[in-house]
Amino acid sequence: MSQNQEVEKKDQPESEMATIYIMGKPYEVPSELTIMQAQEYAGYRLIRGVGCRGGYCGACTTIYRKKDDYKLHIDLACQTKVEDGMYLVQLPFVPAQKPKWDLEELEATSEEVIRIFPEITRCVSCNTCTQACPQNLEPMRAIQAIRRGDLEQAADLSFDCISCGACSARCPAEITHYHVFQLVRRLYGKYIQPKAEHVAQRVGEIEEGKFDDQMDELIELPEDRIRELFLDVRAGNEFSLDQNSGEE
Amino acid sequence: MTDPYPEHMMESVRRVNATRDERKDMEFDRIPEEESDELLRQWHPDYRKSDAAFFRELAVGPAKGKIVPTEVANVLEAHPRVNPSDVDLSEVEYSTELLVIGTGGAGLSAILWANNEGIAMEDILVSTALRLGDSNSKMSQGGIQACDGKDDSPMIHWLDVLSGGHWTNDRPLARDLVEKGPLAIKWLESLGATFDKEQDGDMQLLMAGGASRKRIHSCKDYTGLELTRVLMDEALSRDVNTLEFCPTVSLLTDGSGAVAGGLLWNMETEEYHVVRSKATVIATGGFGRLHVAGFPTTNHYAATCDGLVSAYRVGADIIHMQSTQYHPTGAAYPEQIVGLLVTEKCRSMGAQLVNDDGEAFIYPLEPRDVESAAELKEIGEGRGITTPTGQDGIWLDTPMIDKKRGEGALEDGLAAIYRLFTRFGIDPTEYPVLVHPTLHYQNGGIAINRDTQVVKPDGSPIENLFASGETTGGVHGDNRLMGNSWLEIVVFGRKSGISAAKHAKKAKMPKKSDLSLAHLDKYSKELEEAGIETERRTPIILPNYLGENTMKATGYGKEKPFKRRLDLFA
Ligand SMILES: Cc1cc2nc3c(=O)[nH]c(=O)nc-3n(C[C@H](O)[C@H](O)[C@H](O)COP(=O)(O)OP(=O)(O)OC[C@H]3O[C@@H](n4cnc5c(N)ncnc54)[C@H](O)[C@@H]3O)c2cc1C
Ligand code: SF4
Ligand code: SF4
Ligand code: FES
Repeated sequence: MSQNQEVEKKDQPESEMATIYIMGKPYEVPSELTIMQAQEYAGYRLIRGVGCRGGYCGACTTIYRKKDDYKLHIDLACQTKVEDGMYLVQLPFVPAQKPKWDLEELEATSEEVIRIFPEITRCVSCNTCTQACPQNLEPMRAIQAIRRGDLEQAADLSFDCISCGACSARCPAEITHYHVFQLVRRLYGKYIQPKAEHVAQRVGEIEEGKFDDQMDELIELPEDRIRELFLDVRAGNEFSLDQNSGEE
Repeated sequence: MTDPYPEHMMESVRRVNATRDERKDMEFDRIPEEESDELLRQWHPDYRKSDAAFFRELAVGPAKGKIVPTEVANVLEAHPRVNPSDVDLSEVEYSTELLVIGTGGAGLSAILWANNEGIAMEDILVSTALRLGDSNSKMSQGGIQACDGKDDSPMIHWLDVLSGGHWTNDRPLARDLVEKGPLAIKWLESLGATFDKEQDGDMQLLMAGGASRKRIHSCKDYTGLELTRVLMDEALSRDVNTLEFCPTVSLLTDGSGAVAGGLLWNMETEEYHVVRSKATVIATGGFGRLHVAGFPTTNHYAATCDGLVSAYRVGADIIHMQSTQYHPTGAAYPEQIVGLLVTEKCRSMGAQLVNDDGEAFIYPLEPRDVESAAELKEIGEGRGITTPTGQDGIWLDTPMIDKKRGEGALEDGLAAIYRLFTRFGIDPTEYPVLVHPTLHYQNGGIAINRDTQVVKPDGSPIENLFASGETTGGVHGDNRLMGNSWLEIVVFGRKSGISAAKHAKKAKMPKKSDLSLAHLDKYSKELEEAGIETERRTPIILPNYLGENTMKATGYGKEKPFKRRLDLFA
């Protein structure tokens, strides 16, 4: 197509290539790619194992071994660069049922959380989960905080969790950390963190119609008048339909 | 320690380091209006309306004659992906009160509120392209606006929304946006979302670019993640009925022009599912993955404009599509993260944009379009930096943040950004990071009325069809302010759920024998009559990044436009 110009190869130095093994099959790919891009470069049309492409959704959990390294690594395909000799497979899904709950009927206590997820008492403190976490969180500490009754700390420690399941795939106690953490954070947000009174108050004012007359008038005004009013409020003045522009 | 950049880039980094002290207390002049206008006209892609490589007048469909970005015209002036003769519409697999398409914040809010309005969860069917909740919504970092601050009011918020939209907004829609803001926050709070609060529960309100009051509510720098997962958890707890990896590839009509459901494509088993519904809500989000004008993007994998394409073919008008939001700071190096958002907060905290010679060339907090144009000018005139893979960029001098605010400021205030770069061996407290404007937000979209009904060019609604979220246009006019989009998806997502539920309660289930894809044949005929010959088939569902495409989704400059421009249909 006419608007599609070829890649200008001349000002691009040749990429170094790496050999990676996708489920055992070797492919030559440019070494600056992520695991995700390398799979695409190799010709895999990704449907599963991809979501945000930016490290936010946890859809692309991948396990791999490196050349001459016995260790099993677990990471995000969209945030990890390929390395020569890497053996990899994506975990398109970490099976974990999510129990259903009605937050209105729960109490924000660790007993409640343990009732729903009794397996968390089986944590053997092996710390495998923490070593697996691509977000560098400390899921073990969060689990232990729940057992100690400190839901606030557990909510805080797990805040950056992207539910990738890496921890849960490796946990010998078969805990589904990200479901546990989700419950804890919602309980914290709903029952432990104090409510914002100014929000409820403004909702009340709006529902009582406190601003209706002014809004009715405002949205009918001509553009130049609206611009003046904007400059007024921008200058820090209170909103007033009677106000003249420029008077501060 | 080894250098985090290749040598030719390190040379430039040394020039940046050398001027840092002198730039620290530098006073910037705000750029005068005539100059910023000139900058935009010369360098911003939105101002190249007469350049056929950037914009084209639509030759077919309800918005025929309107000018839209070339990539949008490409998906609209294309053959339907579905060949009607391949589909057996008598095999109706699902009959449902409500079909919701897409599961970002808008779709999830619609589902929950339709349920609150009395539609049973088993009577709501959800089609989504990837997993439940995988969306742009999950990726947002900054926060959500609402006018609940003491010095704030719906009027002030409304004025800000209009000023941001260059006074082109649909005024009543903008009113609904601001008036329902505090309610949206209260609802999210009641579902257990954790906002950044003071000890006593008051919100820690922050300022957004272009706003005149502090009005941003945030959840650390993972606002979208926190809000989306709370909505997902609630939907899952209520037993939401989702077909994952089953995008909607066309709407169905009943022959009279009313919408009667959707045709879903199961990407895993490669088969169609025919869904008949009384009401349908489109919540498929934006178009970042079309790589408009050749730009990299911050958007998720399925942001391919699909819902808009389907709505267009049943007669929906589209508005405000001539303006696109490019964020000035998308990552440009390393290759793996090209396009990803580097939040504006970096510049609020003191980071400057610096060229190859180590010069700061613009006040760091001009409006987004002006900042982006200024970067493109530097690059276009040869003062940018080119990476080994051919991606151009400009330095964002992040070490300045700690220099101005003390050690630890960056790591504390910008955890996600710190994580993003250190993963690749670049410590942003020691080295500047390379950025390039990135395609961020679809300002315009499907035209809707105050009930979120999808409307035709004459303003009359298309029967049984609703839409909300980034796929729609009007609320933000020609440009949206940070934080108003998350507000939009909660407010209008809710509204679309309620409106569709009310409608479904009164409506009759379309007859099986009436289900039709005739509108697609009609559309193909229109293409033919307009003399459009193309191999393209849409909606595209997912972009094509196979093979060499992996590395050519980006690149824009005046001298060498489209250096790496991607053709998604290739
Ligand atoms: C990196 C980033 C940062 C942002 N930061 C902010 C911020 O700080 N504040 C703010 O207010 N806004 C921000 N935004 C914008 C905001 O997040 C989005 O505009 C908003 O979340 C869009 O919500 P949505 O529900 O309309 O669409 P999305 O959240 O994109 O959801 C669309 C859904 O539709 C699905 N889908 C797509 N095609 C199909 C199909 N054919 N069939 C079925 N399903 C389909 C998608 O997979 C997805 O589930 C940001 C956006 C990005 C990308
Ligand atoms: S805590 Fe577990 S699920 Fe969450 S990000 Fe870390 S490894 Fe993934
Ligand atoms: S992996 Fe499981 S058992 Fe081991 S520390 Fe983590 S939660 Fe406990
Ligand atoms: S694709 Fe979302 S984290 Fe990798």
